[in-house]
Amino acid sequence: MNRLRNFLTPLAFGLGFLAFWEGAVKFFELKPYFLAPPTKIMSQFVENISRIWDAASVSGMNALVGLIAGTVFGIAMSFVLSRYRFLGELITPLAVALNAIPIFVLVAVLNNMYSITSEVPRRIMVSLVVYFIVLVNVAKGLTQVKSTHVEIMRSYAASDSDILKKVRIPNAVPYLFTALKISAPAAVITSFVSEYFGGSQNGLGSRITSNIANSKNAAAWAYVLGACLLGLVFYAISVVLENVASRGNGATNTSNK
Amino acid sequence: MSAVHVAGVSKIFNQGTPKQVDALVDVNLTVEPGEFVSLIGPSGCGKSTLLRLIANLLEPTTGSVTVNGKTAAQSRLDQDYGMAFQQAGLFDWRSVAKNIELPLELKGWDKDKRAARAKEMLDLVKLPEFADLMPWQLSGGMQQRIAIARALAAHPPLLLMDEPFGALDEMTREYMQGELLRICAETKTTVVFVTHSIPEAVYLSNRVVVMSPRPGRITEVINVNLGANRSEDTRAADNFFAGITAVREALRGTHADHANAGAIRGVEDR
Repeated sequence: MNRLRNFLTPLAFGLGFLAFWEGAVKFFELKPYFLAPPTKIMSQFVENISRIWDAASVSGMNALVGLIAGTVFGIAMSFVLSRYRFLGELITPLAVALNAIPIFVLVAVLNNMYSITSEVPRRIMVSLVVYFIVLVNVAKGLTQVKSTHVEIMRSYAASDSDILKKVRIPNAVPYLFTALKISAPAAVITSFVSEYFGGSQNGLGSRITSNIANSKNAAAWAYVLGACLLGLVFYAISVVLENVASRGNGATNTSNK
Repeated sequence: MSAVHVAGVSKIFNQGTPKQVDALVDVNLTVEPGEFVSLIGPSGCGKSTLLRLIANLLEPTTGSVTVNGKTAAQSRLDQDYGMAFQQAGLFDWRSVAKNIELPLELKGWDKDKRAARAKEMLDLVKLPEFADLMPWQLSGGMQQRIAIARALAAHPPLLLMDEPFGALDEMTREYMQGELLRICAETKTTVVFVTHSIPEAVYLSNRVVVMSPRPGRITEVINVNLGANRSEDTRAADNFFAGITAVREALRGTHADHANAGAIRGVEDR
C-alpha cells in the first residue's frame, strides 16, 4: 500500500505539472519559440523517434565507451599508485584537484587534435572524468585496509602478493562500485556537454543546440526528453551498482561496531 | 625446549630522534610448553610490544627472541603460532568457515582438508551451525570465538593474544575466559596473553608477568596457585582473591613498601 502511494504521489504531481504547463501555454498564448506545450513536444518526440534514437545511440555509446575505458585505466593506475606509494603521494592530490574542476572543457582542445568527425575526443573526455573518480576511490580501497588485517596476514607469514590478493583487492571492491555509481551519471553528462564544443552534429547534445539555433523549440525539447531518458538508463545502472556497493559497505559497517 | 625464550631484549622506537621511546628495556622471559602466561600493566608498559616481538611483527633493538627453539622470524615463517587481537579482525568478504580456512590457504592445504579442519575448529568453539554465515551476522563474542578458531586452525603450539576480550561486555568476557581455558586444555596450546584486567589475568594464568612503563620493563612475575581445573567456582575461591591482591600490589609497586611499613611499625611496637 505504502509502496503504491510512494509511486502514485510523484506520478500525480508530475502529470499535474504537465497539465499546468500545457494550460499556461494555452491560457497566456505563449509563442512556440518561447515555450512549447508538452503535447507538441510529445508529438515531435514521436515524429522524430528514429532520429532521437540514433542521436541517443551516439551519445550513449560515447558515454559507455568512456565509462569502460576510464574504469579500466583508473583501476590499472590505482594498482600502480598503491604499489609505489611515492607516486601516490605525488599524483593523488593532483587527481583530487582535477576532480574538483570541470575538466570536460578540455574537449575543445582535444577536438583540435583529431579530425572533425571523430568521436574519439568525446570518448577521451568521458574516460578522463571517469578515470579520476575510479582512480581516487579504488586507490583508497587498496591502501586503507585495517591494520589488524595486515598484522594477521603477516602473522601467517603471508607475502605482499598474498596480502594484495586476499586483503587489499577484496577491500577495494566496494570502493570500485561506489566509484562506478558516481561515474555512470557523470559519464552521460560529460558525453552531452562535450558535444557543445564542436565536432560531428550527431549526438543528443548537438541536436538540441542545432534545433534551438533553427528556432525549432518543440523539436529541441523532444531531444531534451531523449537526453532525459538516456540519463535515466545510466542512472538505473548506477542504482544497480549502488545496491551492490551498499551490500558490501553494509557488511563493513556492521562489523565495525 | 621452552616455548618462548626472550633474552635481554630492548625495543627502542625512533632511536636517536627527539621522539625516541624506550618501549622495552632488558626484558627476560621464558614460557614453558603448555603454560598460560599473562602480560599485565598500564598502557605504555610495552606489553603489546613484547607480544609483537615474540610474533616477529617487530624486531628487537637488542637481545634475542626464540620461539620453539627457533628464531622468532623462522617460527613466524613456519606458522608456529596463531594470533588474536582486540578486534576480531575477521574478513567481511569471507564466510565464517572461509575465515577459519585463511591460514590453511596460505599454507597451501587443499580444499577438502581445509573444509574438514574448519568444521573441526567450529566444533571446538561450539559454533558448528555458523559456518556459512558472514562475520557481520555474528555477535562480538561469537566473532572473537571465530578469531580464536582461525588462530588455532593450523594447530600451532603457541597462541598469542592481544587483549582479545577487551571489547566484550563482562558477562561475555567471563564466558569467553572459560571457553579459552577449555580450548587450550583440549589442544594443549601454550598461551601468551596481554590484558589490563587483573581478574582476567589471575583467572586464566599460571603466571602473571607484571610490567611498568617509562621505560617498559618487567617488574615482577607472580605465580598463580589455582590448579589446572578452573571453573566458575574458582572466581569465588580465596586463592583467586589472594592472586588478585598480589597482582594489584605488584602493579602499584607497594609490595616492598608494605614490608617496610610492617617492619617500622614492628620496631615502634617494641
